Amino acid sequence: MTLETTRHLKHDTPDRDRRLDGMAQGVIGTDMDRPEGALKVSGQATYAAEAHPESMAHGYLVRAATIGRITGSNADAVRAMPGVLHVLEDERMIRNAAQGMAGESPVQKQGRSWYVGQPVACVVAESFEQARHAAQAMMVTIEPDGTHVFDAEAEGAEIETPEKKQVSQGDLDGAMASAAFSVDHDYRTPSMSSAAMEPHASIAQWEDGAVTLRGSYQLLRFNKNELADVLGVSPDKVRILSPYVGGGFGSKLGLAPEAVAAALAAKVLERPVQVVMHRRQVFETVTRRSETKQRIRLACDADGKLTGIGHENLVSQLPEETFSEPVAQGTHFQYAAPNRVVGHHIARIRRPAAGSVRAPGEAVGVTAFEIAVDELAKKAGIDPLEFRLRNVPTEDPETGKPFSSSTMEATLREGARRFGWTHTAPRQRREGEWWIGTGMAGAVRVNMMIEARARVVLTGAGVRVETDMTDIGTGSYAILTQVAAEMLGHAPAQVQTILGDTDLPPASGSGGSFGAASTSTAVYLACMELRERLAAKIGVKEGELTLKDGYAIHANRQTPLSEIMGEEEWRALGHLKPGRAGQDVRQATWGAIFAEVAVNDTTGETRVRRMDGTYACGRVLNLKTARSQCHGGMIWGIGLALTEALEHDPRDGHMVNRDLAEYHVPVNLDVPQLGVHFLEERDDWANPLQAKGIGELAICGSGAAVVNAIENACGVRVRTLPATLDQVMEGLIARG
Amino acid sequence: MQFQLDINGETHALDLDTRTTLLDALREHLGLTGSKKGCDHGQCGACTVMVNGRRINSCLTLACMHEGDEITTIEGLGTPDALSPLQRAFVEHDGYQCGYCTSGQICSATAMLAEIEAGWPSNVTGDLEARVEASIEEISERMSGNLCRCSCYPGIVDAIRQVTKEEAGA
Repeated sequence: MTLETTRHLKHDTPDRDRRLDGMAQGVIGTDMDRPEGALKVSGQATYAAEAHPESMAHGYLVRAATIGRITGSNADAVRAMPGVLHVLEDERMIRNAAQGMAGESPVQKQGRSWYVGQPVACVVAESFEQARHAAQAMMVTIEPDGTHVFDAEAEGAEIETPEKKQVSQGDLDGAMASAAFSVDHDYRTPSMSSAAMEPHASIAQWEDGAVTLRGSYQLLRFNKNELADVLGVSPDKVRILSPYVGGGFGSKLGLAPEAVAAALAAKVLERPVQVVMHRRQVFETVTRRSETKQRIRLACDADGKLTGIGHENLVSQLPEETFSEPVAQGTHFQYAAPNRVVGHHIARIRRPAAGSVRAPGEAVGVTAFEIAVDELAKKAGIDPLEFRLRNVPTEDPETGKPFSSSTMEATLREGARRFGWTHTAPRQRREGEWWIGTGMAGAVRVNMMIEARARVVLTGAGVRVETDMTDIGTGSYAILTQVAAEMLGHAPAQVQTILGDTDLPPASGSGGSFGAASTSTAVYLACMELRERLAAKIGVKEGELTLKDGYAIHANRQTPLSEIMGEEEWRALGHLKPGRAGQDVRQATWGAIFAEVAVNDTTGETRVRRMDGTYACGRVLNLKTARSQCHGGMIWGIGLALTEALEHDPRDGHMVNRDLAEYHVPVNLDVPQLGVHFLEERDDWANPLQAKGIGELAICGSGAAVVNAIENACGVRVRTLPATLDQVMEGLIARG
Repeated sequence: MQFQLDINGETHALDLDTRTTLLDALREHLGLTGSKKGCDHGQCGACTVMVNGRRINSCLTLACMHEGDEITTIEGLGTPDALSPLQRAFVEHDGYQCGYCTSGQICSATAMLAEIEAGWPSNVTGDLEARVEASIEEISERMSGNLCRCSCYPGIVDAIRQVTKEEAGA
């Protein structure tokens, strides 16, 4: 007998039951290995371009070399080349990847090339080599359509200042004028790339008017609607499969050009088509992190108490995109001060589209802000740790809302203790030609929940979790398995978790650090439903039922679940809807990062020698995957501080260094062994699991700890990231 | 062009375009998709395989050049039910997250340990006369050709060190 019932939760109030703490299986929060680990380390996990259907053809995207109106091409000649099956020049091709959660078609081609690198055609051939060769021979004629601006700070850039994104409280100018100490500087962060290791790839196959797309995407329920909208078909005619995703970091939030090209070409040719983006195409067509210019003004009194905060930001974006880097997202509530200004300005320029990259907003906003705080602390003659402790807010300083949990002070104190923080003046430690110094920063990231559904199936043999949730390396397979195992009293090996298929209940997807908490809550709700049904069948109250190792334990009796269930299969759907709990309080995660660096006095090179992060992010569901996520964030901070920057040609905005040799992500030797510590925390406002986001918090501020340590080491203050050798050298020479 | 490749102890007869890289031969024609394409330019290391025991970027070499060579891919190092010591250590130390660079990391590490064993120095080796130790710095330097954007470098180093310690103890 199969019966599916649903348990809904609209999360309006804190959940103080903390049911997970009362369960008996003992797997939640452990450092359990990932259940899919053996497949990944043996090369058996199948990513997007790896399940090849019969008679599959290969497509290769063609890139616009200039900006303007498309007036023609040599498609006829290309069609005659060996192996070529089709030259796709469809107007439905998309300009760039969709923004996260768009749920509708991104901007389509419209007969134009909007930026250098836009895909304007796709050549399909029998083999990959033939398709690539023919695509490289294709010439698309593009007539200039006017003059454009390529730099947000250049004269003539069209600047938008959305009214809703400006904040002004009190009198910041007055606070600056009367401050005992103040700073007022411009900070700059570069254009950046997610650079996930798996290039975007799609295999599309049509059958009876419906398309199945094997792709590499983060938010399947949105991606499905995006593809349906582009193709002009109903969403029930689209199925997307992404069981394994080779990294996302925001780059796979929205449907990208290769998926559309594959689907359109497969329809025309009536056979499956695979389109894999070349690494250079990934850089250009998938959304990047905008460069930022941040004017930060800070004022404090003689005791180091902040009296004024100003954070006015300029970011860039292509015309017609809705997203803009929310630089000041953390500034709204990280520190208290009565006089506050937040400014947000968007320059519409012709660089490739910007979008969400790991921790949009705080990654660059908190980083610049925490450098400014370091500068002010120094001016005031106060230890930067002590300075921050004096400015911990007791409530959201902008809205007056309470915090769901306030752990900033605890992370600062514990982080400092673990690192062995002591404050010294700059240029005090020297080892040979290296200056040694330490720096620190606070970390903060907003916490979000997103609507999610998951199905849990219980039989006498075990448990199955089914949802279209994705695992982009974040650990979804592990934590959803653990939640179900804990709630239903099974060993994790008895739980099978199936993800990444839009035929399964729609989850939150992976993004914004909301995936683990949101979709785990849906699994939790489904498990609660099954617990109720088990309790009713046995004749006890749900709260009195203990489930462990496949047994139901009640009134000193142990009954195997296989006996209770017999041949039955019970299905339950959990459905989470975010509610007032996300609005009535300020939910955030907090952390503190400490770093020790060595700066070479001769070359200006910086080496990170030690880095330590202490984080509070609610209940940790899996210690191993949570720690790895923090490693990732901290190392991204090293990249932001020292090596990563996309360079755009000032003449046409194109990305000059669009590959992994020229865009420098940190490599193994750039990274010291890292310390990661979690504060034990339960945030009842977050969800019934008391869990919050982790993946993005660790990048917020970690770069600032490195930059502040450079100043402490050698006395050079860098305000334009990354702190490359030439910049540090210039500072060293200026100091003499 | 017709030729044969010896991969993981098996001989495969192929008839491929001369432009086909070793990586594309494995992935697109032999169903061995464990080797990954991250950049197709020899920049990321995700496609690392071993040819006659030495690690190479399989995207930078043509398949038809390797007749007679002994090629080992991730599929030849272990299976989910019978993992190699390095594969097991990667799982235990979470030396991966998304898993896309992992095959390359493990093939690279397998050959890298043999290079240390053979006494090959690296850029960070202090004394060229002394025996090379598998220190954290040596491992990090020698594994820097394999990018990991999830940034699992601490776990990767820990996993490799565990295997070197196990072997030293054995």
